[in-house]
Parts: sequence; structure tokens; C-alpha cells
Amino acid sequence: MLIKIRSSLDIASSEITSESAYLNRRKFLSLSAAAGATSLLPSSSLFASADASAFQNLPSVNYAPGEKITPYETASTYNNFYEFGTGKSDPAKYAHEMTTKPWSVVVNGLTDKPGTYNLEDVLKGLELEERVYRFRCVEAWSMVIPWVGFSLSALLNKFQPSPSAKYVRFETLNRPEEMRGVRSFTSSIDWPYVEGLRMDEAMHPLTMMVVGMYGKELPNQNGAPLRLIVPWKYGFKSIKSIARISFSETRPRTSWEKAGPSEYGFYSNVNPNVDHPRWSQKTERRLPNSLFSPNRIDTLMFNGYEEQVASLYAGMDLKKNY
Amino acid sequence: MNAKTAHLMRWWFIFIACLAPLPYIVYRLVVNNLGAEPAKALVEFLGETSLIVLFVTLAVTPLSKFKMLPSFVKYRRMLGLWVFFYASLHLLSYGMFLVDWRNFIEDLYQRPYVIVGALAFLILLVLAVTSPRAAIKKLGKKWKRLHRWVYLATFLVVVHVYWQLRADYFEALVYFTFFVALMSFRLDVLLAWKSKVINK
Ligand code: HEM
Repeated sequence: MLIKIRSSLDIASSEITSESAYLNRRKFLSLSAAAGATSLLPSSSLFASADASAFQNLPSVNYAPGEKITPYETASTYNNFYEFGTGKSDPAKYAHEMTTKPWSVVVNGLTDKPGTYNLEDVLKGLELEERVYRFRCVEAWSMVIPWVGFSLSALLNKFQPSPSAKYVRFETLNRPEEMRGVRSFTSSIDWPYVEGLRMDEAMHPLTMMVVGMYGKELPNQNGAPLRLIVPWKYGFKSIKSIARISFSETRPRTSWEKAGPSEYGFYSNVNPNVDHPRWSQKTERRLPNSLFSPNRIDTLMFNGYEEQVASLYAGMDLKKNY
Repeated sequence: MNAKTAHLMRWWFIFIACLAPLPYIVYRLVVNNLGAEPAKALVEFLGETSLIVLFVTLAVTPLSKFKMLPSFVKYRRMLGLWVFFYASLHLLSYGMFLVDWRNFIEDLYQRPYVIVGALAFLILLVLAVTSPRAAIKKLGKKWKRLHRWVYLATFLVVVHVYWQLRADYFEALVYFTFFVALMSFRLDVLLAWKSKVINK
């Protein structure tokens, strides 16, 4: 089914990225390989040495055909990243306070390759591609965003999770001195921010690990340098600025499950038939909107990716497993 | 400066200070400076303005006890009407730009915060309608008791804000602290209510 979409809906990335500087993918790959080979250098080497255009002119697949791409300005200035405050513009204002270079990721739990990896080692050998996905926030707004990254499965396979691993758990960086939301004494979130997926969800080809968007490096506020995108789930499942990946046999408890168990479930699949206890999920506001046109559109089952992912939940009561 | 000029100056100062948020937010709307969801930002701004002016209004009586300050009791009615003005604009912009009429009824029972907001607004409406001098005269002693409902309205608005929060209680804590601080100056009101309940 993915192949069908691919063949009929391919669009050139030049249509969606504004900058047109050209660098072929081969050159980027050789750069990243070089960076990997010299991984004793500070972690910034990958991104610093690679031209910014390394994220451009990649193979691109549009998984939101016929929909208008949200302007970069909107996607990079209006979002939630509670580590930096609860206001929608707080991440854009304060996320620059977070150091992302160097960056390391701890991998542990049921894996044959536990350890602390530099980001460039994590990324080594993974081929970047661009995918345009719908993004649906649990607060009933949505965007369409061209992400740059690769399938999460490719990354997880590198770490050789053991067959007994049923879940993968992710943690966001927890660095209060650089994160004013984490320092807030009135916050009800138990930091670090934790998310998780069932192994089959994590290995699904639509599940993506992201390092860039709109043909550029991820801005800090959007989860630099490494974030998850699970396009059929509410946005908060797509954890940002990942610092730890763990494999486990038991289901991890996520931050939102702890903060509001009746409001946010482990699955949190986009579902117009299951309302949030405090608001309807039947429709969403496609952003940016304006005073007189709220851009309200119907929310689609699994955010429009039902054909691809419904089988993951066959036989499950999605009202109970919200 | 004679008393009359001083009064006029204070009146205009308060009038302009209370009016200023309106051109400010309209300007930001027009130059498209309210972010990806301008309607939401507008509704939030008007609600916050209304609540802040409400706190200022409630502070007038306690502040009048400090004799070295000029008394602002004379301007309390004007302040109260500004509260009502911004609450009305808040409600109006909610109705025009924000509400999803398709799911309105469902949303209403899923969003008790809207219901407490509406109750607060009803109280403010009654208080605004009974604010002219003629009404004060006509209601006599009852007027004072009626207008003490402003404290209940304030409490409902704090709940209105609290019930909207998802993960950080800072804003609600600030508002609640203001409310408790102001209420502590009006223990007489609480005691009056209490004795009324006991007498029944
Ligand atoms: C029928 C009456 C009312 C309705 C329907 C209503 C509706 C709303 C809605 C929908 C929001 C959330 C906007 C958003 O999506 O972020 C809101 C927020 C708010 N409202 Fe109201 N409201 C009412 C009355 C009032 C009154 C009387 C006050 C104050 C005197 C008030 C003060 C506020 C405040 C302070 C906020 C929070 C803004 C923020 O997020 O910081 N509301 N109201």
C-alpha cells in the first residue's frame, strides 16, 4: 500500500523547499561517513561540516497529497514543548537556550548494543529522505510538515533489540539549567518527558526519526537534534530532543499518562470518534488560520493513515485503549 | 491644582489606561502579529484584560483604607464597567471566531470551564445593569448585598482559568493568590455571608 502512494504521489522536494542550493545526496552521505569515522571530534562535526543544503533535494514522498504545506514560519513558531514553557510561542523564544551540540543518546534495556552514542554514530549509514505528513495535535489543531529523517526501524535495527523487547521507550533531554519549563515549580509533569511505542508501532514504516524539516536542520523548538514523528498519533507522542532510547518487555508509563491518566492514554491514536474529556476531537483547525476563517476540517481516523496502520490495532477496543 | 481638575485628570487617566488594551490588540490583529491562531490569542487577551481590570477594581476598596493615597472609590463604577466591557468582547469574539458551532452542545458539556465562565459573565451583566445611580437609589440596601456577588464572579473566573490548564498551574496560582489576598481584606463580606447562612 505504501508503494502505491509512493508511485502516484511523489513530488519533487524543490516544490516544497524554498532554498534551491544543490548538493547531491552522495556528497552528503560521504560527509556523514567522514564525520562518523572521526567521531572522536566534537559531535557538531556532522552538522557543522555538512553544508546546510545537505537536507535539501532529498528523495521526497508526500503523505498528505493535495494539502497545503504549512509555512515554515508557522511550524517553527507555534508549538508545544513544555520543557520551555506552556505558551505556544515559548519554545521559539526559549529553546535556543538548549545546547544541542554535542549530543549523545543513551541506548539501554533489552538490546545487544547498549551504550552512550554520539549523535553522528547514531546517524551513521542512515539515508535521509523527506516525507510530508499531516501533524495533528491533541488540542485539535493541525499542520502539514515536510520532515527530513528516516524510518525509526532502520535506527532501532542498528541497536539489535532482543526478541523479548515488546516496547521502546524514549526520553527527552532533562537539563533544568537550560529548560525554564523544567525549572517551573508549578509544573505537573514529572521530568524527564517520557514517551513510548509498542515494538510493532515503532517498526512500522511510517514511523519516522527526524533530524530536519523544510530542507533544513531541525530548529531547537521543534525538537533538535533528533525527534520522533508518528503521524497517526497525537503530536505529544512524537517526542522531541531524544536523549535516551530503552527497550523493555513491559509497557513504559508516559509523562502524559502520569499527568492525566483519564485524558491521555498510551496509544493516543488520532480518532475523531473518541473525544478528549474536555473537548471534541471530531474536527481540527488547520493552521495558520485567521479571524474569519478558522480553517476547521474534519479529523480523519488515524489522521488519514488508516489504510496503513489500522491493522496494528485489529481487535482492540479503541475507546478503551485511547 | 484644585480638586475638580485633579478629579478630571484621574478620570481621564483611568479611562485611557483601561481603553489602551483595545487599540493595542486591534493593532496586533491588523498587522498579523498574533501568531498562527489569532482568534484564540484575541479571546485569551480579552479574557485576561477583563480579569486584570477586575482585580484592580476589587483593590480599590482595600487601597482606600490607606489614607495617604487619593481615594479611587469614585472611579470604581467606571472600572467595573470596563471589566464588563472586556468580558463582553471576550464572549463576543469567542462566539464569532472561536466556537465550533457544529459541536457546540457537546463541547459545552465537555467544557465545564465555559459554563463557569458564563455564570461569571451573568453576574457581571447583572452588576453592570444595576450600576447607574438610579438603580443604586432604587435598590437601596439591597444594592450593596447584590454587588458583593462580584467576589463570587471573580472566584468563578479563577476556576474558569484553572479548568483550562493542562500541565502548569502558574497562571492559576497567580490569579488565585490575588483572589485570596483581596478577599482577606473583605473578611467582613465573608462574615456577613456566614452569619446569613447561620441565621437561616
Ligand atoms: C460566557 C462567558 C465566557 C465564555 C464562553 C468564555 C470562553 C473562554 C474560552 C473559550 C477561553 C479559552 C480560549 C482559548 O482557547 O485559549 C477563555 C479563556 C479565558 N477567559 Fe473566558 N469565557 C467567558 C467568560 C469569562 C469572563 C467573565 C472572564 C473574566 C472576567 C473570563 C476570563 C478568561 C481568562 C482570564 C481566560 C484565560 C486566558 C488564558 O488562556 O490565559 N472569561 N474563556
